[in-house]
Amino acid sequence: MSDGEEKNKIRIEHSIAAGDYLKAGGASNDIKETLKMIGIPPNITRRAAIIAYEAEMNLVIHGGGGNIAANIDDKQIEIVTTDHGPGIPDVALALQEGYTTANDNARSMGFGAGMGLPNIKRNSDVFNIDSEVGKGTTLKAAIDITK
Amino acid sequence: MTLDDIAKSLNGKILCCEEKLSSITVEKAFASDLMSDVLAFCKPGALLITGLTNVQIVRTVQMLDIPAVLFVRGKVPLDETVNLARDSGIPLVLLGTAMFGTCGELYAKGVLSSFDGGNPNE
Repeated sequence: MSDGEEKNKIRIEHSIAAGDYLKAGGASNDIKETLKMIGIPPNITRRAAIIAYEAEMNLVIHGGGGNIAANIDDKQIEIVTTDHGPGIPDVALALQEGYTTANDNARSMGFGAGMGLPNIKRNSDVFNIDSEVGKGTTLKAAIDITK
Repeated sequence: MTLDDIAKSLNGKILCCEEKLSSITVEKAFASDLMSDVLAFCKPGALLITGLTNVQIVRTVQMLDIPAVLFVRGKVPLDETVNLARDSGIPLVLLGTAMFGTCGELYAKGVLSSFDGGNPNE
């Protein structure tokens, strides 16, 4: 983890372990608490927290672990996750509500309803997935805080 | 109605943060065992009713500003779940009733659904 601040820019970064459901969500909570602390409005903080948590769970469940970062400045909050997992063969399919490839372990924890990526997109103003099978996935989701 | 009123009327057992119960006013609730759906459809400030017991319950309510959790069907949350809830100031209440009956009793007392199927900005 590294926290840095420079000219109204804040970056929060965490490494996420695959399959660690006990610690999962800790990084997103850190991001949320930081947003609250710097005075981001509750509705925007909540949207960012949902994006971060869903994306963090995707790293835990699907990505084989990876990295989550929040880049915050005067204009936006950007959540970026990167992994070197199996990749997403059909991104359009993965974005359909109800489609899931989650394993039984994830389902037993209350995940795997096929709502994760659609929910990230729904809460984002800018949303992009770059994925390659066998190489990994980078997700970027941003919220405009100037509105 | 306060969470304290609800816990007493449903014979709930309070696992942590008992001192907060009287200060939590409950107007809406969301009942689900799917955290994915809670994250997608629950409005802010609603009470969560669930039968899941793992630590991700607390993580989910942290993200959504859910003030407290009712566990139904006599399900007892795991130690790590209770510990994280206590550290986070989130009351946990155990109920012996099933989810359907719990929802019915709360609805009869005036608690409404917090289902949000629309715009996350609302």
